[in-house]
Amino acid sequence: MSKLVRAGVWLVVAVLGAAAFARLALSRGETISAAWLLTAAISVYAIAYRFYSKLIAAKVFALDARRATPAVRLDDGRDFVPTNRWVVFGHHFAAIAGPGPLVGPTLAAQFGYLPGVIWIIVGVALGGAVQDFVILCASVRRNGKSLGAMAREEIGPVAGMTALVAVLGIMVVLLAVLALVVVNALKSSPWGIVTIGLTIPIALGMGVYLRWFRPGKVLEASAIGIVLIIVALYVGQAVSQSASLAPVFTFSGITVAFLVMGYSFAASVLPVWLLLAPRDYLSAFVKIGVVIALALGIIISLPPLHMPALTQFTDGSGPVFAGKVFPFAFITIACGAISGFHALVSSGTTPKMLASEPDARMIGYGSMVMESLVAVLALIAACALTPGVYFAVNAPAGAIGTTAASAAEAVRHWGFTLNPAEMENLAKQVGESTLLSRTGGAPSLALGMAQLFSNVLGGTGAMAIWYHFAIMFEALFILTTLDAGTRVGRFMIQDLGKHLWEPIGRVSWYPAIVLSSGIIVAMWGHFLYQGVTDPLGGINSLWPLFGISNQLLATVALCVATTVFIKMGKAKYSFITVMPLAWLTIVCMTAGWQKMFSPDTKLGFLSHAKLIQSQIDSNTLPAVIKTVSDANRIIFNDYLDAVVAAFFMLSVIVILADSFREWYAVLGGRKAVVSSEVPFDGAIAVTGD
Amino acid sequence: MTPREAVRSARERIERAACVVRTIIGVPDYERYVAHVRAHHPGTEPLTEEEFIRQRLADRYSRPGTRCC
Repeated sequence: MSKLVRAGVWLVVAVLGAAAFARLALSRGETISAAWLLTAAISVYAIAYRFYSKLIAAKVFALDARRATPAVRLDDGRDFVPTNRWVVFGHHFAAIAGPGPLVGPTLAAQFGYLPGVIWIIVGVALGGAVQDFVILCASVRRNGKSLGAMAREEIGPVAGMTALVAVLGIMVVLLAVLALVVVNALKSSPWGIVTIGLTIPIALGMGVYLRWFRPGKVLEASAIGIVLIIVALYVGQAVSQSASLAPVFTFSGITVAFLVMGYSFAASVLPVWLLLAPRDYLSAFVKIGVVIALALGIIISLPPLHMPALTQFTDGSGPVFAGKVFPFAFITIACGAISGFHALVSSGTTPKMLASEPDARMIGYGSMVMESLVAVLALIAACALTPGVYFAVNAPAGAIGTTAASAAEAVRHWGFTLNPAEMENLAKQVGESTLLSRTGGAPSLALGMAQLFSNVLGGTGAMAIWYHFAIMFEALFILTTLDAGTRVGRFMIQDLGKHLWEPIGRVSWYPAIVLSSGIIVAMWGHFLYQGVTDPLGGINSLWPLFGISNQLLATVALCVATTVFIKMGKAKYSFITVMPLAWLTIVCMTAGWQKMFSPDTKLGFLSHAKLIQSQIDSNTLPAVIKTVSDANRIIFNDYLDAVVAAFFMLSVIVILADSFREWYAVLGGRKAVVSSEVPFDGAIAVTGD
Repeated sequence: MTPREAVRSARERIERAACVVRTIIGVPDYERYVAHVRAHHPGTEPLTEEEFIRQRLADRYSRPGTRCC
C-alpha cells in the first residue's frame, strides 16, 4: 500500500513537472509567472535525484556504508577528517557555488528564458550533477586522488599532462573574464569602488585580529567584518552623493582593471592569513546569505517574466554576445548546468571529509542540483526585468550608442520598448550616473535583485541600497575567486616552471614568488586589458572562451569517469557518462570552430581580424578605434584568442583520443579489466598518518 | 533543569552550531586535530595552534580544488 502511495506521489511530481514545462514552452506573447519555472525545475530535480542518482549509487559504484572511506581509514585530524554529511554538503556547496551560476544565465537570457531553463535543468540532471557525483565517488575510492592524478593513472600520461596544462589555461581565462565582470560593474561607480575598496582594509583588519588579538575566533571576527561591510555600503553612498568626493573615486575601466590586477598580485605574495583567508570567510557568509535572500525574494514575490520564451537573437545576431542558440547557450551557461571546474572540487577537499560512502550521493549530486537552482533563480531575476531594460544594460555601446535616447532607439529596432526617461530615472534610483552598457551580467543581475528585494522590503526608496548591496556581494566573491585563483595559478606556474628553471619552483623564496605571481597576473591581465578596451565589450570574446574551457575540463572529467566505469567492469552503464561527454564534445568543438572560423565578424576571431586589417588598409577605421596601433593590437588579440580556442579544441581531441585508445584496449580484451580502487576495507577505523 | 544547567546546555548548543558553521566556511579545527594526535599518536607532540593554522591555510590556497567559479 505504502509503495503504491509513494508511486502515486512521484507520478504527481512527474505530471507537475511536465505541465510546468509545457506551460513554459507554449507561452507566447504573454508574461508568465516565475512559479512555473520554479515548479519545472524542482520537479525535475526531485525525480532526477530520487531515481537517476540512485541508479548510479546502487548499480555503478554500489556505495556501501560498511566500506571505510579515506577520511575514516586515513584520519589524520588535518586533511582527512570524517565529517557530518550536512556539514560536508554545506562545505562542498560553498566551494562550488560562485559567480558563475549567476552570470552565465543572466547573459544567456538574451535568447529568452526557454533555452537557458531547459539547459540548466536537463544539463544538471544528466550532466553536471552526474559529473560531480561520479568524480567524487571515483576519488573517494582512490584515497582522495585529484582529477589530474586520476587522468594520468586511469587514462595515461598524455591525457594527464594535457589535463594539467589545460587547467592552467582555464585558470587564466576564468580569472580574466571574472575580473572583466567586476571591472564593468565598478567602472565610473564611486559607490561601488568605495564599498569594495573598503572590504580590503576590513579583511586586513580581520586578519590582524585573528593573528594577534583573538587567534582562532573566526566567527567573532567575521561578525565584526560583516557589520563593517554594511557600514562600508553606506560610506560608499555618502561618497557618491558628495560633489567633491564622487569625482575622486570615479575611475575608468582601465584604471579599475589595473587596480584589480594590483590587488590580486598583492594577495598572491602576502601571507594567506593576512588577506586571503579572512576575505574567504567573509565571502562564504555573504554567499550563503545572498543565495538564501535571492531564493526568499523570488519565492515571496514570484515575479512575472517579462522576457519572452524565445527572442529573435536565437539566430545569432544578439548584442550581448554573438552566436546562435546552438551551441552558444550551452557554452554561456556552464556553472549551473555542467561545470568542469567542479570536478577539481569533487576530487579536492570533499572526498577527504566523507564519513560514509553513501553520503557521496547527497553531497556530489545534491550540491550540484542546489547550484542549478541558484542558476534558475539568477535567470528569473534577469528575465523579470523588462527586455528593454535588460538589453540597454547588457548590450555594448557599439550596439546601442551612449545616450538613453540612442539606446531606446536601438531597443525599439529589436522589437522591444524602452522609455529613455524611465531608463535615466532607473539609474538615478540605484544611485548610478548611467546603467547603459554595463556589460558582464553583474549589474543587470543586481538590478533584477534590487527590484525583487525592494518589492519585498523597503520599496523604491531602498532600490539604491539593494542594488549596491548586490553589486558588493558579487564583486566580493568574484574578487575572492580572483585572489585565491591567482595564488593557485602562481603555484602552478612554479610547479611547471621548475622543469625549465629550477629556482622558480622554490615556494618560499621571495624572488620566485614575486616573479611567478607577476607572470600569472600578466597572463590574465593581458586578456582583461584586451576585454576592457574592446569596442565590442570584451564579454563577447572572453565569456565564450571561458565556457569552452570549462566544458573542456568537464570532458576530461567525463573521460576519466567513463574509463573508471569500464575498468570496474561496468561498461554497460557507461552511457551515463558518455551521453553528456558526447554532447559536450559536440558543443565545445562547434563553438570553438565558430569562434575561430565564422565569417560573421562579430563571432569569428579570424574574420574580425581580417575586417580590421581591411579597414586599416582602406583608412575606414570606425570612430571607436582611435589609432592604427590600437587596431593592430585588436588584430593581435584576435589571433591570440583564436590560438587559445584552438588550444582548447586540440586538448579535447587529445584527451578523447587517449581515452578511446584505453577503452578500446580494455574492451577488446588486450588489457585486463582491473579497477584501481583501494580494495574493500570494512569500516574498522585503522589509524594512519 | 536549573537555570545554570539551561545556560550550560544553551552554550553547548551554540558552540556546536558554531563548530558546524566553521567547518562549512573551511576553518581548520585545531581541537579535533589535537584530540586525534593525543588518541592515536601518544608520545608525539602536536603542532601548536599557530603552526597548525598556518600549515592548513598554506595548503588550502596552494592547489586548485578548494574553490570554483
